[in-house]
Order: sequence, then structure tokens, then C-alpha cells
Amino acid sequence: MNDFKPQIIAFCCSNCASSAANVAEGMNKTLPDNVKIIHVPCTGRLEVLHLLKPFEEGADGVYVAGCQEDSCRYVNGITKAAKRVAHVRKIIEEISIEPERIQLFNLSAAKGQEFVEAAYVMIDKITGLGPVLPA
Amino acid sequence: MIVAEPKPIKEILEMVSDFSKILVVGCKGCVTVCNVGGSKEVSILASTLKIARKKNGQGIEVGEYTLERQCDPEYVDEIRDIISDYEAVISIACGVGPQFLSEKYPGSRIFPGVNTKFMGGAEEHGIWSERCAGCGTCVVHYFGGLCPIARCSKSLLNGPCGGSSSGKCEISQEVDCIWDVIVRKMMEQGRLDELIEFKPPKSWVTARDGGPRRMIREDLVK
Repeated sequence: MNDFKPQIIAFCCSNCASSAANVAEGMNKTLPDNVKIIHVPCTGRLEVLHLLKPFEEGADGVYVAGCQEDSCRYVNGITKAAKRVAHVRKIIEEISIEPERIQLFNLSAAKGQEFVEAAYVMIDKITGLGPVLPA
Repeated sequence: MIVAEPKPIKEILEMVSDFSKILVVGCKGCVTVCNVGGSKEVSILASTLKIARKKNGQGIEVGEYTLERQCDPEYVDEIRDIISDYEAVISIACGVGPQFLSEKYPGSRIFPGVNTKFMGGAEEHGIWSERCAGCGTCVVHYFGGLCPIARCSKSLLNGPCGGSSSGKCEISQEVDCIWDVIVRKMMEQGRLDELIEFKPPKSWVTARDGGPRRMIREDLVK
């Protein structure tokens, strides 16, 4: 039996994903305890290093939950985040780590259900891939 | 600025595969401005090296330091007290940096972490292009302020070649034919007739063809 429990870091936009989290809480939907949330004022502020550090510290997967591209609070924050996610994918692929370990989800403040689903999508994906670093 | 790009991480990992204590040294000059060798990139490379080594079940200690400039000896001197703590150094400055480090610290193993590309500028954020070939005798004033040495694929001085088509150079549709740009600019300025004056073959003595170059300013030397 696979008892691997992936450690996942989620960078969540305070304007949409965090509100979605509140909606989810109101619906009594909670995130699993192996998904750690880091709130950011705008996903456009996320640097390549922010997205790499979790892997260095032992995370198995990372995702960014931000706005829809056409309704970003800061106009193009999520577009910048998407480019940085793509860049980090290339970096980790170069060192033989599956690029799917980093993902981006476009949410909006009302999408509580999707917010929780994103976490489970990541858990399923990363569980399938196994741990990123040797035990 | 001097424009560079990161070396593939696999190449860097291979270069330093025998070492487990590595210092990554950045530069706050040109390579910071072109987002390839400043303090941010030092941290990114350090983190990537650590993840890659962990992934392979190997340990590594990576130090980080960003010098004001790697092309001035007084700044290169700043790491004198720490460099001996490391088995190898990766410089992510332009090609000058690893050489200045090698000259200053002859006992250390120094590796380049970037490939130096050209002297140029930012067309916009994230896009750089070549502007100067460092030929040692600037002639841009004859050509509407534009340099056919650096920007014409053949460095032609007396007009375009037959490979100029619809304003583009035959090497790529991404590359403007600089002679097309020069002619249009001179027409706009009403100076087209100046281009009729024949430019004799350029002396390359002041360029790289004269061998490695050195410059002495008597008013500055001690």
C-alpha cells in the first residue's frame, strides 16, 4: 500500500484564492493538512526563488492559486505568475524533476469548491509521481 | 551593458560534480541589469544546485555572495576571507568575472555559470540586442547614429548587400537590415547624400584583430 503523503505548498492570491478559501470554509470544505497555504498579496510578486525554495526544503509539489487572467486585481499579476511557473518548470525539468510538480490554477473569489478541488488535484498528481527527493 | 545568458544547469552540475562545497558569486554590474548574474540569480542557482544534489542523494553546501563588480580588483578582494572555505567557485558575472577571480585567487577552482553574449541594450524588459562590437574606432556618426559594424551581419560600410529584403537581413526575419534602417534615417534627416561618400576599408588594428587590448589612462594611474 502506498503510504506516501506528499507535502504541497500553495501560494494563494489574497484577492481571489483566499476569498475562495473562505467560501470553501463556509461550505464546510477543508483542505487536507499536507497542503500548506502561503497567502500573497498578488501572485505577480512571486519570484522564481519563492517557487524553487519549497522543493529545496523538501516539498513534493507546489502550486499557485491566483486570479482569472481577465480579472486580476492588479491587471497582470497572474500573467506574470504564469510565466514564472513556466520558468521554474524548465529549471526543475533540467534537473530531472517532473515539471508537473508545479502548477497554476486560475480561481475567483466565489470558487470555494474549485479552491478545494485544486488541492486534491495536486495531491492526486503528486501522489502518483511519488516523493521528489530520496528518503 | 554586457549581456549574458545562464549556462544550462546540467553543464554547471557536470563542471562541479567533484565538489561539495561551492561558492556562487554574482556581480551587481551588467549581469544584474540583464537578470542573469545578480543576487537574485545567485540564490536561484544556489537553490537549484541544492535541489539537484539532494535529488541524487548527494550533499552539498552552497555559499552565496554578490560583489559590487567582478571587474574591479578592490571588489574581488571582498571574498578573500571566505573563498578558501569552498572547494570551487561558480562566477555568474560576464567572462571577465571568472578571470579576475582566477587571477586574484590562483589556488581556487573557478567555473563560469553564464555564457557572455554581446554588448547591447534592452529593447524592452526581457529582450536585449547587440549594439556595439567594441571595434575601438566608433563610426556611428557617419551612419545616422547606427552601427553597421555591430548590426550588419557582414559589417558592411558602404551600403547593404543583396541579402537585404523588405527591411530584413537574410540571416533571419527577426533581424532588421541595419542598412535599410540607416538609409531611411538619413533620408528623414535629409542627409542621404552623405552616404555617397566612399568609406575605405576599416582598419581593424584597434579591434580584436590587433590582439588582446589594454588601455592606460595616465591621468588616473598612481
